[in-house]
This record gives sequence, structure tokens and C-alpha cells, in this order.
Amino acid sequence: MRFKGKDLLGIEDLDASDIDLVLSTAESLREVSEREIKKVPTLRGKTIINLFYEPSTRTRTSFEIAAKRMSADAVNISVSTSSVVKGETIKDTAKNLEAMKPDCIVIRHSASGVPMMLANYVKCSVVNAGDGAHEHPSQALLDMLTVKEKKGAIAGLKLSIIGDITHSRVARSNIYGFTKLGAQVTVAGPPTMVPPGIEKLGCRATSSMDDAIKDADVIMMLRIQLERQKESFFPSVREYSRLYGLDEAKLNRAKKDVLILHPGPINRGVEVSSEVADGPHSLILDQVTNGVAVRMAIFYLLLGAAKE
Amino acid sequence: MNRLIIKGGRFLDPVAGIDGIFNIYVMGGRVASFKPAYADTTEITPGPGVEVIDAKGLLVTPGLIDVHAHLREPGFEYKETIRTGTLAAAAGGFTSILCMANTRPVNDNESVTRYIRKKAEEEGVVNVFPVGAVSVGQNGERLTEMFELKSAGCVAVSDDGMPIVDGGLMRRALEYSKICDLPVISHAEDPTLAGSGAMNEGEVSTRLGLKGIPGAAEESVVARDIALARLTGGRLHIAHVSTRGSVELIRMAKEEGLKVTAEATPHHLTLTDEAVLKYSTNAKMNPPLRSSGDVEALRKGLKDGTIDCVATDHAPQSIMEKDIEFDRAANGVVGIETAFSLIYGLVAEGLLTLNEAVSAMTIEPARAMGLDKGTLRVGSAADIAIIDLAKGWTVDPAKLRSKSKNTPFAGMTLKGVVEKTIVGGKTVYSRE
Ligand SMILES: [Zn+2]
Repeated sequence: MRFKGKDLLGIEDLDASDIDLVLSTAESLREVSEREIKKVPTLRGKTIINLFYEPSTRTRTSFEIAAKRMSADAVNISVSTSSVVKGETIKDTAKNLEAMKPDCIVIRHSASGVPMMLANYVKCSVVNAGDGAHEHPSQALLDMLTVKEKKGAIAGLKLSIIGDITHSRVARSNIYGFTKLGAQVTVAGPPTMVPPGIEKLGCRATSSMDDAIKDADVIMMLRIQLERQKESFFPSVREYSRLYGLDEAKLNRAKKDVLILHPGPINRGVEVSSEVADGPHSLILDQVTNGVAVRMAIFYLLLGAAKE
Repeated sequence: MNRLIIKGGRFLDPVAGIDGIFNIYVMGGRVASFKPAYADTTEITPGPGVEVIDAKGLLVTPGLIDVHAHLREPGFEYKETIRTGTLAAAAGGFTSILCMANTRPVNDNESVTRYIRKKAEEEGVVNVFPVGAVSVGQNGERLTEMFELKSAGCVAVSDDGMPIVDGGLMRRALEYSKICDLPVISHAEDPTLAGSGAMNEGEVSTRLGLKGIPGAAEESVVARDIALARLTGGRLHIAHVSTRGSVELIRMAKEEGLKVTAEATPHHLTLTDEAVLKYSTNAKMNPPLRSSGDVEALRKGLKDGTIDCVATDHAPQSIMEKDIEFDRAANGVVGIETAFSLIYGLVAEGLLTLNEAVSAMTIEPARAMGLDKGTLRVGSAADIAIIDLAKGWTVDPAKLRSKSKNTPFAGMTLKGVVEKTIVGGKTVYSRE
């Protein structure tokens, strides 16, 4: 089986069967990383370009390791958006990359929509590794894989996503993904950081942390950008943390078997206390491990599956 | 003297209350007479100095008037020039256009105004009426010499492109402009509310992860400017109205009898923010495309006269400014060649009468700006549009006369094809 399109731009474009396919493929590829020789020859001879316009060592490394475990050649290109040549259009960029004959371009960009614009111009596959506040599909897939691993299934679960929803691509991709698999999603944060019309994406919105955590099976804490304080999205880190930070006191009001996710990197003591981050409910490191498996699955489904 | 006879067309002039089959006789660039075709026994034979246009089955109207175009010259000739912009206008059936002051240098003094007029006379094909800036350099600090701007040929003042943040300056502009009876055109936007927004704030911006511009960014300034029109008695014209709230504020101002007029663009009247869904930068403009409720309110406003006229906000941008990240892409769409067909689309949908549509594109814009245009009487300059309402066309950006191709209507099939445009008795556009 194979994806319908050539690209993975967002979870919004996928249906439940696409998501199931990635998750089951990732489950079967997960053991590769447990082997002594962590490599399969599946994508030998394929070239993958990691094009990162925004620094992100974690995500880039995860994609790079995934490519290498599948025996593809991975090339990293880091561009700082400030150094982008003025007058170069997206089409120019696309045609230049295409001339190097890659099979896949993994792109991370601070502006929403760039992966889609790029995909319109190139014949090779494009994987969105996070664009602005739009989507981060591989993150949502690894989150779903992590929850599925612990809970057995996604359908019927209650997921609460807490923090700065407005600026979060992780939130959007997870709202789409978890609801498509039959979970109920609640988003919570200060009204300044819950964007208008978010319910139309399929979730419920609240500004009450207690309301969000009391019935949740899974709590996903988002990273807060401390600079947002300057734009008056919240008055102080202290008050934010008091209202929306997850510490043991709040965790005691949640279900006993609740799972805690965080896309990382964590502001310890701000959105999650150290005790919670390192505690028994936290799946933060499982997420990292599953990230590699999910990205291997994505490469396999986009580049390899058709040949078999 | 050269003669032109437009024979047998359906002549529609909302001011004169005429809608019938007429022969129009033009002599020396001016209308000499109208004769009902059935009663006209004149022998018409084309020959040297006598041109005959057979307009049978076609609509003949006073030339269209656009009170809001950006011709980009001087300074941004790579986007548009007075030559290409007026050719585009002619292809859209327009015979008179107002060009905004946000050129480089800004049209904030009489020498720039004179330059634009001279260029328009030499290279332009339609009547060009410059709009002068409200503030020097459009910096929002000091008033321009409005009397001199008017003497040089400006018909209105506006800092369009830049909002006037300082309410005190707007007040002085509305007061001072009374000396020369110039309307002040307001680009109503509070930049602190618009922030770095790239599109309408709502479900679509949330989906796309783009920063939104709330309707309140416009409405709060429309409310301020109306209050200032009340305070000063000045002539206020609200540019590119985009929200329901603005329409309601303008309706109340008119009921009160204030000197307030308003325009809406064809794109705000026909598209919603869903046009942005694929990150199409050609659907990015300021103010942004709004919700369907806003579109509905604009249409009602145009129908009941709250919105006086249609104006294109024709804003050419090059590919270098458009084929980049959505949030960095320049605002603006070209619109002067698609305007009539889009408004005629509202007629075809039964939302406007043909008379209302023509009125909103001829006499109403003329009245709002105090131009002696927009209707044809004996002795008027023969500015005329000839349009085939039965025919359709598909918008192909490559075929647009404008130097820039940033249209959100590419590939759409529209009804109503401009066949000929006549300015001062001279045919300046003829469909191939
Ligand atoms: Zn404007």
C-alpha cells in the first residue's frame, strides 16, 4: 500500500486509513532500531534532502536517523530565513533543489504554507517537518503511535491539549489526527492563545485547566514561547504557570492512569514541573523513540512501498 | 471634424433614465445627439472621418469609472506603468480612473501630480485623475499642500496603503480639505489591531495557522472617521469596505446626513477568505477577504446605496512579491480587467439590477469624487463602454493587459465581455 498523494503535508489531508497505515508500518519498523545493526536496505540509492529554514536539532536529527536506518542518503541543508536571497521566489528555490534530483525533500519553515507551495513546484515527495503555526504531521503521528502503544487504541480516548494553541502546529495536527481516529479532543489555554474557530477543527475549547484535565486519558502539554509575554498573550510566566502549568497538585486531579505528552523541548517549571516531566506518567522519551520509527514509516510509504 | 456613430446598441444611462435602442452620434470627441434607432432615418455611411460601430445586441453605457487604482508610476514601473495600467483599464471598460498616491516619490506635492498628468496625457489611454497624499511622504505627520495639489489636478486626498493612525491628523485633514472641497479617502485600519496579520481572522486563518486581521481593525477606524466627519463637516470617503460592521456604521452615518461615501471592491463582493485555503498569495490583499456574512452585508449595502460605488483597488504586484511565503507576500490584486464581469455576475445572480450595477460603476463613483463624468448628455465627452453581456470569458492571467498577473480569478469563467472602450470619441480598446 501507498499514500494517495506524493507528499505528506498535513494530517488534515489524511483519512483514518492513511493514519492507521503509517502507524502499523511504524510499529513493524520499530524493531529495526532495536537490532544490533540498525539498518535495512529498503531505500538504498534514494536521496533525501532535509531543508531546515528554522533551527531544530531534534526534528532534523530524527529525520536524518530515520533516513539512514532505511539506507537512504540524507543531506542536510540549514538556511536561516534572514539569509534568504531577496528576489528568489519559491519556484526558484524549488527548481534549484529539483536539479539535484532528490527523491524527497523534508522541509521545516517558520512560515505556514511553504511546504505546500514547494510541493506544487517539484515532482519529488515533500514531507512537512513543521510549517509556521500550520501543521507538524510527523509529530502528530509519533504522538498517536506513542498513545496507541500504551493504550492499545486511540478510539474512545479523551485527549486534552494545553497551552498556546494559537501558535501551535503540533496542536493542529494532533486535533486532526486524534479526532480522525475517534478520540475526543479538548484544547485549553488562556483565551488570548485559543484561536477563533478552533472548534471547527473538531475539538472542544476551554480556558479552564481543571475542566481539561479531569477526564483526560492523555494530556499533551505545549511548549510556551516565553517571548509571547511581550505581546501580552499572558501577563507573566508566574501567572501562566500557576494557571496552565502541569504540576503534581494538578496531576492529582487527573485520572490515575493519565498519560503525559510533550513535544519538547520542555520549559521545566513553566508548562510542566520537573516531577511531572520525569514522573511515571510522562512519555516524553517514548515520543522521541517513536519519532524515528514514524519517520522511517513515512519515508517507506512515500518512497519505497510502490516497488514491492 | 471626425464623426463616430454607435449604431443600434442598448444604451443604458441610469442618470438620464434611458434604457433603449439608440444611435449615438459623436462629433469632435463629444456626444452630438442620441436618436432612438427605430425613428432614426439618417443615412449612415462609413467613410473618411466617419466611423461606424455596429453595437447591435450589445450594451452601451457611459464609460466606467474607478476611484481606486494603483498605477505604480513613478517608482514601481516593474509592477505597472501609467501606460500598461491605463491599457488594462481600457480593456476593463474604464474611461476614467483615480490613481493612488503611494508611488515613489509619493504624490504629495504638485510636481509629482503634474508628472503623473503629463505621463497620462502622453502615454495613457484613459482619463487619469491623481489622488494626492494626505500627509507629506504618507508619514502621517504633516498635512500636504492640498490647495496646490488640487490646482495641479488632484481630485481627492488619501494616504491609501498607509492607515492614518493619528486621529488628530485625520481631523485636520477633514477640516483643511474643505478649503478646496477635496474628499478625504480613508484606508480604515488600526495597525495595532491588524498587527502582522496576513488574512482575515477566523476559522480559515486558524486552520492555516496564519495570523489574522480582525474586522475590528477596520471598524474601529471607520467609526473614528465617521465621528470626525460629524465633528468637521468634511467629505469622507471610506475605501474598500470589507466588513458587515463597517457597512452598518456607514449606513447610520448616511441616515444622519453626514457627508460620507463608500466603495467596495469586486473581490470583496465576490470572494471569501476561503480563497486563501491553498495559501494562494494572489488572494492576499489589505483589507483581507472576509467571511460569507461580510460578503452578504457588502452586497446588501451596494444594493441599498450604503456602499455608493464599486472600486477596484487594482494593485499590481510582481511575481517576486507574490511567489514567496504567504505571510511575507505583498498585499494586492489586479482587478481592473475583471471588475465589470464580476459585478455583472451579481446581476446574473439576481442580486443587483443591471441599472444598479452600471450606476455603481459610472455615476456613483463620479459623484463621490465630484467628477463631471459618469453620464452621457449632448455635449459630454464621449467616454463610452460597449459590452457583450451574452458572452463569457475565462480569465487567463497571461492575457491580462496589466503588467502584473496577480489575480485571484485565474481560470474562472465570467460573463460580460468588454468589446470596445471609447475615450473622448476615440476607440482606445477593441477586443481582438
Ligand atoms: Zn487601501
